[in-house]
Amino acid sequence: MIPFNNRPYMKMFMKVLAVISVAFTIVVVDSCKPKGPQEAVTGNAAAKVYVAPGKYDEFYNIVSGGFNGQMGIYGLPSGRLFRILPVFSQFPENGWGFSEETKPMLNTSHGFVPWDDLHHIALSVTNGVHDGRWAFGNANNTPRVARVSLKTFTTQEILELPNSSGNHSSPFITENSEYIVAGTRFSTPMGDKTDVPISSYKKNFRGTVSFISIDKESGNMKIAFQLLTPGFNFDLSRAGKGPSHGWFFFSCYNTEQAYTLLEVNASQKDKDYIMAVNWKKAEEYLAQGKGKKVKAKYAHNTFDEKTHMATSTIMDEVMTLDPSELKDMVYFIPCPKSPHGCDTDPSGEYIVGSGKLAALVPVFSFTKIQQAIANKDFEGEFAGIPVIKYESALHGEVKKPGLGPLHTEFDANGNAYTSFFVSSEIVKWNVKTLQVLDRVPTYYSIGHLCVPGGPTAKPWGKYVIAYNKITKDRYLPTGPELTQSAQLYDISGDKMQLLLDFPTTGEPHYGEAIPASLITPNSVKFYRIEDNANPYVAKGEKEAKVERKGNQIHVYLTAIRSHFTPDNIEGVMLGDEVYFHVTNLEQDWDIPHGLAVKGALNAEILIMPGETQTLKWKPDAVGVFPFYCTDFCSALHQEMQGYIRVSAPGSKVPLKFSTGKIEDEGTGAK
Amino acid sequence: MHPVSRLLVAVAALMLVSAYFVPLWQIQMWAPQYPEGLEMKIWINTLSGDVKIISALNHYIGMRHIEVGMFPEFNYMIYIVGFIIAFGLLTALVNRRFMAYAFFVLLMAAAIGALVDFYMWGYDYGHNLNPDAPIKIEGMAYQPPLIGTKVLLNFTAFSGPDIGGWIFISSGLIMMAVVVMEWRRARKTA
Repeated sequence: MIPFNNRPYMKMFMKVLAVISVAFTIVVVDSCKPKGPQEAVTGNAAAKVYVAPGKYDEFYNIVSGGFNGQMGIYGLPSGRLFRILPVFSQFPENGWGFSEETKPMLNTSHGFVPWDDLHHIALSVTNGVHDGRWAFGNANNTPRVARVSLKTFTTQEILELPNSSGNHSSPFITENSEYIVAGTRFSTPMGDKTDVPISSYKKNFRGTVSFISIDKESGNMKIAFQLLTPGFNFDLSRAGKGPSHGWFFFSCYNTEQAYTLLEVNASQKDKDYIMAVNWKKAEEYLAQGKGKKVKAKYAHNTFDEKTHMATSTIMDEVMTLDPSELKDMVYFIPCPKSPHGCDTDPSGEYIVGSGKLAALVPVFSFTKIQQAIANKDFEGEFAGIPVIKYESALHGEVKKPGLGPLHTEFDANGNAYTSFFVSSEIVKWNVKTLQVLDRVPTYYSIGHLCVPGGPTAKPWGKYVIAYNKITKDRYLPTGPELTQSAQLYDISGDKMQLLLDFPTTGEPHYGEAIPASLITPNSVKFYRIEDNANPYVAKGEKEAKVERKGNQIHVYLTAIRSHFTPDNIEGVMLGDEVYFHVTNLEQDWDIPHGLAVKGALNAEILIMPGETQTLKWKPDAVGVFPFYCTDFCSALHQEMQGYIRVSAPGSKVPLKFSTGKIEDEGTGAK
Repeated sequence: MHPVSRLLVAVAALMLVSAYFVPLWQIQMWAPQYPEGLEMKIWINTLSGDVKIISALNHYIGMRHIEVGMFPEFNYMIYIVGFIIAFGLLTALVNRRFMAYAFFVLLMAAAIGALVDFYMWGYDYGHNLNPDAPIKIEGMAYQPPLIGTKVLLNFTAFSGPDIGGWIFISSGLIMMAVVVMEWRRARKTA
């Protein structure tokens, strides 16, 4: 095809091409792609999180379960999950919200609500320091707050909040556990006229902030008062402490008062507000009779540790205070771009506002806020409430901290740790000097973070835990729905060090960590059977019995290794409702028994030693139905079973029950 | 032209046929929460890759949704490339040196034109922001890099040729070598 000698041409061509290619490579290709994210684990991370078999963790980490409505109890530094503690959601694993005793805990003014969304944890404090008594949690969807005992790790009380929608800004706590608070995410029309156009938001919609008092001894909660606020969204809050004790700070967004496409319409203003509430002043107004009682329907549910039963009471009124009429109680402080976190430092002097769309983090000074109020250094009013000048309240701004600041926790050395969702990192900075000291990546998109004791006057320090919103490639994939996760960092040195990834149940929003030494010594091992005041208790096999009350069959059932008494029950008719009242007679550590009945439409129940719990069962057919113990209790656990006979309505089978009684094996007759 | 030059011109022209079958350009993006990266591939007449995800993320800062319809270039690029290929093949057929020079200039012009066009689109896309965007950062524009790497907020963006682009570049390099060869031969014979 090519008729003459091409060698010289080809030789030259290759040379020319080589020169051109090299030049091209140097000029163009070298400017290439960035490197991927580097693996951040260094040094002796494994040794720092290793808790040897049989050894205890140093901290409890009590973490909200988000949309599972529960709390997760973890150990730190191991990240091991110990328990899912049911609060706002039914939990078939132990019968919470299924047993007759616990059902009233989930009662509300709307009726029985089997689920909620638990976002934040607050641990009780005395003089601003963890006291290890109670954990509080909020229900975001059907607004409620719950109190959990840290002696039994059970939910003791649930209080519904009237005039509230989206209880997000909750349950943050004052220095001596005087109050926990509850601020509304959604403003709504309130009072008599609630059937109004959505577009009348500015005119008709209001928010509220509730102060819930906590009884010093029992911990019982009561709505002390509700502040009526302008209609916008409350996000998060923290109490003052030390010099700022008596004040509470709430972040607010959507001061644009948008009611549609908030993503855009609530992001227009340069500044929204932090609302500062002088709650001591509110107490004065209440004492002067300036509060106004209004009709409101809400449930107050309590669990009695003696009867092991819950009671739900529907309340009918609530005390309100209107800050647009009652002056000197509420102030607004401008804060850039839809503030999310609003955190007070251990000294109580500094308040950190985190505008989630802002490119800086402002830090406000309590002293300056007080001066500004004294000097009436206001830029105007919003809905009758004074707005303090930004510069007058400002201590300073953390410049170029990162992207998407959300929350801040503190250590005992004057440092703050702020989470950044968009740039997916934790940034350490000095509260006084506002200098950024260190930053570490999180995997991925951190939401809340937790330093043990971080929100208190006495941070325990040592670690910071990141609660992440995205997990992606960090664990073995499990289909589209992946595990949620947290990460543990050592903060004892100048540089933060990633130690551990650990998976969590539900979506972890906020959690608090507390030294185990404040909890472990008080942990209840079992309930004393002598103290059991359940009306259906059987304090021994002799008290076991079956009673008919109309079409209700009450079985007083005892459980002890490895049998039920009675375990043969006859005389139940189709159409009857059977109540198995199970008393666990054990008085030994870690011997729960369980009960499951074939065809039961609810769940199993677990009964702790010394406790009585009731499972309701409505047979749907004639026949003999088995029941058995679900918690592997002993070597003969598999023998721990019983039968209940269901006869046709009107049949002549007498009501009888027994355990260990042998009858005629051929006919069943005596 | 030297017969090998003639053959190489035909090869360079025919290599461009690949433009109809493989992507020409790529944009890749990484963020802390996107360690696996997001990519957008530009073909002769369409886009592919994570275009929807990129648009969904970019709307926070007011950037427009990227759609095939916003690029009129996709309607006529197939003809331009077709013309270039035809011109190359014609060059090989008529076997004239000035045609080879012209073919090289045409290739360069097409490449520069494409880059200028891409730059202008990128400028508009990165600067022409929705004033109602949730996130507005004073003085910040989001023009993607023309070639190479650029950090835009939490994203690191890379822009560069894809397979088709590299073939196009190779075609250009071959033609550059042919031009150099023919230039030297022309000087020698003169």
